[in-house]
Amino acid sequence: MSLQVDLRHSYPGISLDVQFEAGRGVTAVFGPSGAGKTSIINIISGISKPDGGSVQVNNRVLFDADTGVNVPPEARRMGVVFQDGRLFPHLDVARNLGFGARFAPGGLDRIELARVVAMLDLAPLMPRRPGTLSGGEKQRVALARALLSRPEILLMDEPLAALDDPRKDEVLPYLERLRDTTQVPIVYVSHSLSEIARLADRLIVLQRGRIVVSGSVEDVLSDPAALPFVGVREAGAVLPATVVGHEADGLSRLALSGGELLLPEVKAPPGSHLRIRVLATDVLLSLEVPTGISSRNILPVTIRSLHKGSGPGVAVQLQCGEDQLLARITSRAAEELSLCPGLECHAILKATAIPRGSIGLARSNIPT
Amino acid sequence: MTLRPEEWAALMLSLKVSGVAMLLSLPVAIYVAWVLARREFPGKALLSAVVHLPLILPPVVTGYLLLLTFGRNGAVGGFLESFGIVLAFRWTGAALAAGIMGFPLMVRAIRLSIEAVDPRLEAAAATLGAGRIVRFYSVTLPLIAPGILAGAVLGFAKAMGEFGATITFVANIPGQTQTLPSAIYAFLQVPGGEGSAVRLVVLSLIVALGAVLISEWLARKVAQRIGQG
Repeated sequence: MSLQVDLRHSYPGISLDVQFEAGRGVTAVFGPSGAGKTSIINIISGISKPDGGSVQVNNRVLFDADTGVNVPPEARRMGVVFQDGRLFPHLDVARNLGFGARFAPGGLDRIELARVVAMLDLAPLMPRRPGTLSGGEKQRVALARALLSRPEILLMDEPLAALDDPRKDEVLPYLERLRDTTQVPIVYVSHSLSEIARLADRLIVLQRGRIVVSGSVEDVLSDPAALPFVGVREAGAVLPATVVGHEADGLSRLALSGGELLLPEVKAPPGSHLRIRVLATDVLLSLEVPTGISSRNILPVTIRSLHKGSGPGVAVQLQCGEDQLLARITSRAAEELSLCPGLECHAILKATAIPRGSIGLARSNIPT
Repeated sequence: MTLRPEEWAALMLSLKVSGVAMLLSLPVAIYVAWVLARREFPGKALLSAVVHLPLILPPVVTGYLLLLTFGRNGAVGGFLESFGIVLAFRWTGAALAAGIMGFPLMVRAIRLSIEAVDPRLEAAAATLGAGRIVRFYSVTLPLIAPGILAGAVLGFAKAMGEFGATITFVANIPGQTQTLPSAIYAFLQVPGGEGSAVRLVVLSLIVALGAVLISEWLARKVAQRIGQG
C-alpha cells in the first residue's frame, strides 16, 4: 500500500501546495499551527475538497481535479484518528468499535476485534460511555475504531495534542505497538518533534503550506540546514541505542554505534533496542578528552558540517560511529575552537538531559 | 367529574386530531429541519420563511388559505377528491390545519438540536464508511432525539390548542370537527353552557400538564440513554 498525494488548495491566509508519498511505516507531517497540516488530512480523507491535484492509493484514484473524480469519504477506506477523538457520545465503547467494523469489508471480524482490543487494552472499557473516559482512553478507543474499519491508510491528526504529558506517555507506547504490528501506512500529523522522533520513520516538514524539508527522521533531525525549520529548541538528532544493563545506582548503560551512554533508569530490559532523541542544545563540544567533569557521557565524534544560521548560534553535525548527532553552540565558540569539518572532538551529554519522553522503543523489537 | 357525550366527543376528537397531526408532520419536520440546518442551497431563506409563515399569519388567514387550496374547489382539494380524500369540514382537515400550525414550532426545536450536533461527528462516521443515510440514522438521529421529542410535544400542544385556522377550514360541527377549543367557544356562546365550558377548560389543563410532564420524563430518559445526562 502506498499513498500518493499531490494537492493544491488556497484558502484565506494560506495556500497549500504539497506533494508526497507515504508507504509502509509512519510518515510524519510536522509544522507549526496554521501550516496546513489538518487541511492535508481532511483533503486526503475526503472531508474537504482541494482546488487541484490528486490523491491516490496504489493506483486507485480517490480524487483527481482534472478528471473530476472525487470519491466520497465513506468509500475511501481511510481510517482517521482525530485530535478530539470524536467518539459517538450515545454509544458505549463496544458499540463505537462496532461502528468502525460495520462497514469494513467482510464486516466485523471477531479475531481482529479481539486482537485490537488486546493490543490497546480496551477490555475493561468496553461497557463504558465516552463521556466517562479519560482523554488518553478516548484516543485509544478512537485508534481502535479507526483500525477496525480496516483502512488502507491510517491518518492521525495530532492524536496526542489534546492530552497532558502523563496521558501522552500513557498513549505513546500503544502507538509504538501499533507502528510495529501494522502493515498499514500511517500519516502522522503533529507539531511535537518528541512524538515524531519516537514514532516516525519519515518526516515531512511543512511551513505555510509548502514542504521545506523531507527525508528519514534520522536524516532530517540531524540535518543542520533543517534546524531553522524544526526550531532551535526542538532540534535534536535521533539515534538508535541498545540497553546493555542496569546499574545498581539507578543508571542504565546504553550502547550506541559510537560509544556508551549512562542515563537515568530506562524502563526496558537489557537487549532492548531504543531510539533516543538528543536535543542539539544539550550537546557540548570539547577538543580534548574532558577530565574532572560531572558528565559521564562523553562520545568521540567527528565534525561533518557546520551550519551558521541567522542568529548567534551554529548547528554542528557530528558523526558518532554510524550515527549522527546535532549540537548547537555559539558561533563565537566555533571560531575560538576553530571547528571545521573533519575535526575530531568530543561530545558531552548530560545524563539527565534526555527526558524519559525522548526515549522510545525502536522498531526492531517487533516480535513478528 | 363526569362528562356529557358531546364533551367526551370533543376531547377524543382533539386527541385524535392532534395525535395524527403530530405523527404525520413529524417526519416532514425532521427532514425540513435537517435541510435548513445542514444544507446550503439557493432559496433556503425562502423555504425558512414559508415554514415560519403559519407562526406569523393570523390563524384565520391560514385557515382561509387552506380552504382555498384544500377545499373541494381548491387546486389540491379537487385533485385529492378524485382519490376520495376530502379534507374540508372533516376531522382530517382539522388534523391538516393543526399539523400546519404546529409545523414551524416542530421544525424550530428540531433544527436547533441538529445544529447542536457537532458535524465533525458525522464526518468521523463518514471516514468509517457510513454513507449519508446511515450517518443520519445512527449518529444524528439518536443525538437529536431530545429535540425531536421537544418538537413533537410542542407540535401536539399547539394542535390541541389550535382554534382559528381549524374553525375557518373545517367549521365547528359537533362530533365531526368540534375540537376542545371549538367546543369551549361553542358552549360559551349558548346560555347555560358555562358548566360544560369549565369542565372542558379543566380537561385542557390536565392534558397540557400531562403532556409537559410526560415529555420532561421522556427527555430525561433519552438524555441518559445517549450519555449526555
